[in-house]
Amino acid sequence: MSTIPSISRRNFLKVSAIAGGGMLVGFSMIDKADPALTADEFTPNAYIKITPNGTITLMAPNPEIGQGVKTSLPMIIAEELCVDWQKINVEIAALDAKYGNQVAGGSGSVRGRFEPLRKVGATAKTMLVTAAAQTLNVPAEECHAENGSVIHKASGRKLSYGSLASKAATLPVPSDVKLKDPKDFKIIGTRVKDIDVKKIITGKPLFGIDTRREGMLFAVVARSPAYGKKLKSFDDTETRKLTGIKQVLQIKNSVAVLATSTWAAKKGRDALSLEWEDAGKLESTADHDAAFLKMLSKKAPDTSRNDGDVEAAMTASHQVLDVTYTTPVVSHAQMEPLNFFADVRNGKAELFGPTQVPGSLRSQVAKELNIAPENISIGLPRQGGGFGRKLMPDNGVEAALISAAAKCPVQVQWTREDDMQNDFYRPSAAFRYRASFENGNLLAWHQSSVWLNRGNNSDTYPAGALQNFRAESQGLTTNIPMGYWRAPGHNVLGFAAESFMDEVCHELKKDPVAFRLELMEKAKQQPVGKISYDPDKFKSVIELVAAMSNWGKKQAPGTFLGFSTWFSFNTYIAEVVELKIISGKPRVHKVYCAVNCGKVVNLSGAENQIQGAIIDGIGHAMLTKITFDKGAVVETNFGNYRFLRMKETPLDVVVKFVPSEAPPTGLGEPALPPVAAALANALFAATGKRFRKMPFDEA
Amino acid sequence: MTTFKLSVNNKEMSAEADADTPLLWILRDHLNLVGTKYGCGVAQCGACTVHINGKAIRSCLYPVSAVGNNKIVTIEGLSVNGDHPVQQAWEEFDVAQCGYCQSGQIMAAAALLKRNPKPTDTDIDAAMTNICRCGTHVRMRKAIHAAAGKGGTAK
Repeated sequence: MSTIPSISRRNFLKVSAIAGGGMLVGFSMIDKADPALTADEFTPNAYIKITPNGTITLMAPNPEIGQGVKTSLPMIIAEELCVDWQKINVEIAALDAKYGNQVAGGSGSVRGRFEPLRKVGATAKTMLVTAAAQTLNVPAEECHAENGSVIHKASGRKLSYGSLASKAATLPVPSDVKLKDPKDFKIIGTRVKDIDVKKIITGKPLFGIDTRREGMLFAVVARSPAYGKKLKSFDDTETRKLTGIKQVLQIKNSVAVLATSTWAAKKGRDALSLEWEDAGKLESTADHDAAFLKMLSKKAPDTSRNDGDVEAAMTASHQVLDVTYTTPVVSHAQMEPLNFFADVRNGKAELFGPTQVPGSLRSQVAKELNIAPENISIGLPRQGGGFGRKLMPDNGVEAALISAAAKCPVQVQWTREDDMQNDFYRPSAAFRYRASFENGNLLAWHQSSVWLNRGNNSDTYPAGALQNFRAESQGLTTNIPMGYWRAPGHNVLGFAAESFMDEVCHELKKDPVAFRLELMEKAKQQPVGKISYDPDKFKSVIELVAAMSNWGKKQAPGTFLGFSTWFSFNTYIAEVVELKIISGKPRVHKVYCAVNCGKVVNLSGAENQIQGAIIDGIGHAMLTKITFDKGAVVETNFGNYRFLRMKETPLDVVVKFVPSEAPPTGLGEPALPPVAAALANALFAATGKRFRKMPFDEA
Repeated sequence: MTTFKLSVNNKEMSAEADADTPLLWILRDHLNLVGTKYGCGVAQCGACTVHINGKAIRSCLYPVSAVGNNKIVTIEGLSVNGDHPVQQAWEEFDVAQCGYCQSGQIMAAAALLKRNPKPTDTDIDAAMTNICRCGTHVRMRKAIHAAAGKGGTAK
């Protein structure tokens, strides 16, 4: 049995009979958090429901935001339960303590729940086998489970799980169960289609925005037009003259218009006469950028790592490379604009909508409305993207406040402009990188960064492979809300670090792949200080992607390659961007990606996540930025907040996974951080120009 | 308020609304056809794509008063059993991640194949202008080629 080290746990397994017979297996674990994960990501739990008529329902305990866990988590249970994947039902679990901490974030769902969910399935299977053995009056060892039945091979008798469910529910829960040998896996590691695929392609109601309830009103909200302004007064005379308007309510610093349709509510909102007053600093991007450059010229107070003596190696006698990279604020812009359904009446709250953190949503609603947490129910629909936006539960809290004030069920719908102007943004950042060289060798590496809100330090690779290495970081205070955006920190750090590595290779006249392998060898043979990565796993992906992309071989005329590698969420990624110059313009033709993420659960979903993260990373590197002008957001919709269209995306993204039986590591985020650098490095190979400022399109 | 009589998915339907109401909200809030999605409201993202007389249009800026006798088809009516060649290909290639934009993508792809049964990559580049935030473009492209191979227009 595989175990995940560094976890102490108490397990609570519970089996209960369900009304009308049948078996319900709950599995609750309270864990001390793995330090690699944030505190709320490692308290796994799951459910299996088998009814006497043979219906098997598996619960997906974490929110589905497009990362595929509504499919992959039940696959893990189904594997050990020995059921036919085609014959099970899957539901997204509502918020409930028995499911542990239900968060979608930190690429943590599968890596946190892999072993616990295997045990859930194996426990239920063991009990069903015992129930069959007792029914047939044969030793349990002579029975085995297969495709939702228990078979007694010697007599050829077969009992379905449904027929065994009621009996199994009365049996004691085994304390220790045997897990499958991974070589016997039939579901884990295969290509399984998204569980909702048929509903998606036929437009069935699946998302929060599709919620429709008896007596429900639609609400659209007027919020502050700039950070640093608050509501002074409003006049709703014109709004009240319009069709379908039911209520106009001031909720804190906003005004909600409730109507009989989304369009009526939006028209009503737009007809409000609103007066705003200054309540704080009105910040602009130009001021942030100027402050960044000033701060980068000074030594930062927070040094996370200081190996050797960087300054001594940067004296005039050495050749020094000193460059700056900048990355803008971006918005999450998940495809489904924020919304939430709330029905708050008589001291109870029913909430249903898109959130990555139903637990903190409940705590905040309980506090704001003074309702006992047990009187707040939170249901989770499939969600139209997350990317970290919904790690903040403000959309659900606001809906609850509006419903409570309106005393009726409400669906609050944000327009795209509302969504883009009221985000918890990816902070902008600037990076200064310095390296010094002596006799064709890299002598020292110094990285200094400054970020909106707070510093974001990292001592990952190439730390550990260099005698002289310093990393420092600082933050610039802002009143604009900053938050978590896919692969926080790594998303832009990977760009700066791996672009600089390419510049270093160019100075040294060394091949970018060969030089990284050289560094890994050094980190392995003569590590400097602590190293936070496994050099061999790094090498596994670097070597694999080099082979996949024909790195170092002669390329077709007009074809240029760029390389990059990064380690985050315990997963190793190496990528090669292949550009072609078509009518004088570069186009990303193909991207190759090698991944070492331990055991892959769903090959189709995993490949899709990697391809998506790469396209996401290319798009944000090329096109996307948010600018603030005196507290107001300049880019408010897809007209000037640009995403890649089909004509700008690679024709293919080739993904290979390093074969591994190690427990799964993160998957939704790690492929994003390296790709911007791979693109910048390929653009340099093609054009001789360094792209050090995102978005590249403006350079 | 005006009563509008509409042909949606080969059924006669009616909705009472202001004349400037975009078709998107008529479909979603009045006719409860929620498969057509709201993404931007400014005809940029294409999540709201439906067919009017077989052509792909973005319903978020298309006022209900402009529909007249034209025939509207939404994702719910693209095929009776969800087996239009584009839908089949989308399933076969397991295209979706979050799935939110996919009904609009499928409607755009189906309209493309109707006027161009064998599109090249360049044709696909030109015709598929909807946004997919999850980055499923590689699979969408493969699915369109596969649907074309099976005679990609509706039965």
